[in-house]
Amino acid sequence: MVVEARRLDLTFQTADGPVQALSDVSLDIRAGDFVSFIGPSGCGKTTFLRVIAGLEEATGGSVSVNGMTPDEARRARAYGYVFQAAGLYPWRTIGRNVKLPLEIMGFDRAEQDRRMRDVLRLVELEGFERKYPWQLSGGMQQRASIARALAFDAALLLMDEPFGALDEIVRDRLNEQLLDLWARTGKTICFVTHSIPEAVYLSTRIVVMSPRPGRIADVIDSPLPRERPLDIRDSAAFIEVAHRVREGLRAGMGDDV
Amino acid sequence: MSDPPLAAPGAGTGRSGRVGLLVWRISGAAGPVLAVILALLAIWYAATVWLNAQWVLDQAARADRMAGFGDILRGTLNQERPVLPAPHQVAAELWNTVALQPVTSRRSLVWHAWVTLSATLTGFGIGTVLGIALAIGIVHNRAMDMSVMPWAIASQTIPILAIAPMIIVVLNSVGVQGLLPKAIISAYLSFFPVVVGMVTGLRSPDAAQLDLMRTYSASRAQTLWKLRFPASLPYLFASLKVGVAASLVGAIVGELPTGAVRGLGARLLSGSYYGQTVQIWAALLMAAFCAALLVGLIGLIQRLTLGRMGLAR
Repeated sequence: MVVEARRLDLTFQTADGPVQALSDVSLDIRAGDFVSFIGPSGCGKTTFLRVIAGLEEATGGSVSVNGMTPDEARRARAYGYVFQAAGLYPWRTIGRNVKLPLEIMGFDRAEQDRRMRDVLRLVELEGFERKYPWQLSGGMQQRASIARALAFDAALLLMDEPFGALDEIVRDRLNEQLLDLWARTGKTICFVTHSIPEAVYLSTRIVVMSPRPGRIADVIDSPLPRERPLDIRDSAAFIEVAHRVREGLRAGMGDDV
Repeated sequence: MSDPPLAAPGAGTGRSGRVGLLVWRISGAAGPVLAVILALLAIWYAATVWLNAQWVLDQAARADRMAGFGDILRGTLNQERPVLPAPHQVAAELWNTVALQPVTSRRSLVWHAWVTLSATLTGFGIGTVLGIALAIGIVHNRAMDMSVMPWAIASQTIPILAIAPMIIVVLNSVGVQGLLPKAIISAYLSFFPVVVGMVTGLRSPDAAQLDLMRTYSASRAQTLWKLRFPASLPYLFASLKVGVAASLVGAIVGELPTGAVRGLGARLLSGSYYGQTVQIWAALLMAAFCAALLVGLIGLIQRLTLGRMGLAR
């Protein structure tokens, strides 16, 4: 197991009193899985990702990443994290942005160069290493931020709505590329999204979450094959999974909407 | 500046395009700039006539005759100790003390300006290093954040004219004289804007940028050096421009209480002792020129640095 969460609770203390962001969340993520977390805002999907990353600490239950605590796993550089905004440093070229984690982790210069070139090829940004972030489109910036997360070759990739700010056409293209990248690298991917088609298209497992308190409403193992052309989205199997996700979301919302 | 600057206007154009833009800007600005200068000169001349007229009228009254407008005009623009010297008198004084004296001479205003500038630059250097060090401490240490900032603010509420003589006297009693006391007063004024600017700058990275460093398990030093410091540079340069001008004021004020014989402050002091208003105004203009030079120099370094970092606007 890459991630094992058992009866996880997380309560934030806010000015308006305690807010239960996660309640009784148990989940196993196997190596090589592509797991999507979907649900309305406030369902705790991003919080859960941050708990796995060791950026937030659970207030109850247990979670392990590669058999370690999230904090240990973070120190062992077990995962790469892709944020909603590309968050490239504007004073660094694309190449040097990708090298940022490598510099911090103490890779030697030759190795930094080699890895930077490798991951930029992986996200199809060869030849852009000397450009500054503002010279690239939003989609390209997000690809560069994915390259940055891949650079130190962690087996686990945590992605927090990475394509949320992009338009539909760019998003489709990046979804295709991400599946391709996943197939070639064999990484385990945890992917937070708002979009039902995106979740169904990408995932081997879909975790449907519901808010107040944040909890898991349904876990769906996708019957779709790993090889997925874009037009699989018109197949009966795809539509059926999407329907189940939608049902899960509706049940979880209760009378809130 | 929470948002990093995106594409600068004209940033995509080549070097020649940029130069062309600069020339266009300068020639476009020349008209208004010239008009302002002419307007200032006109006001200055008018004020000269008005302020110095009393002396001419008194002279005329003593000689028991009426002074016409022509007499007033002639009498006010070339007085030896005018209330307000005319621009051409100041220009002549500048010409005599800048161009006609060897720069090593004590009569040379350039020499006096250099004395003041060296104290300014030393003080500015001390103030900048101190300001950056304090800002780093404030950002990283809660106790420093709570304790240092109030003192820094309090230090700036004390009139520099009050504290400058104290600093000179105290340092003199332990045998420190010459450039260093002036530099310390200069640093006293310039560290503050640097602290304020750098604290803001070092805190400018947003939560996601800091989280990114955490996912790499970056040390505080690495986060400082690779994220906080580069992000703070635009703020630092803005502070340095304020700081360098304050440094010059500090150095000049530091020259006053000692009855110094060297430096622009000394020129101001001896000018006021002997009623040499022309000399005072020449020293003032020289000080203004030095300030413009220093601020311009920092602006140039700013453009080059931020340009190299891809942050230029």
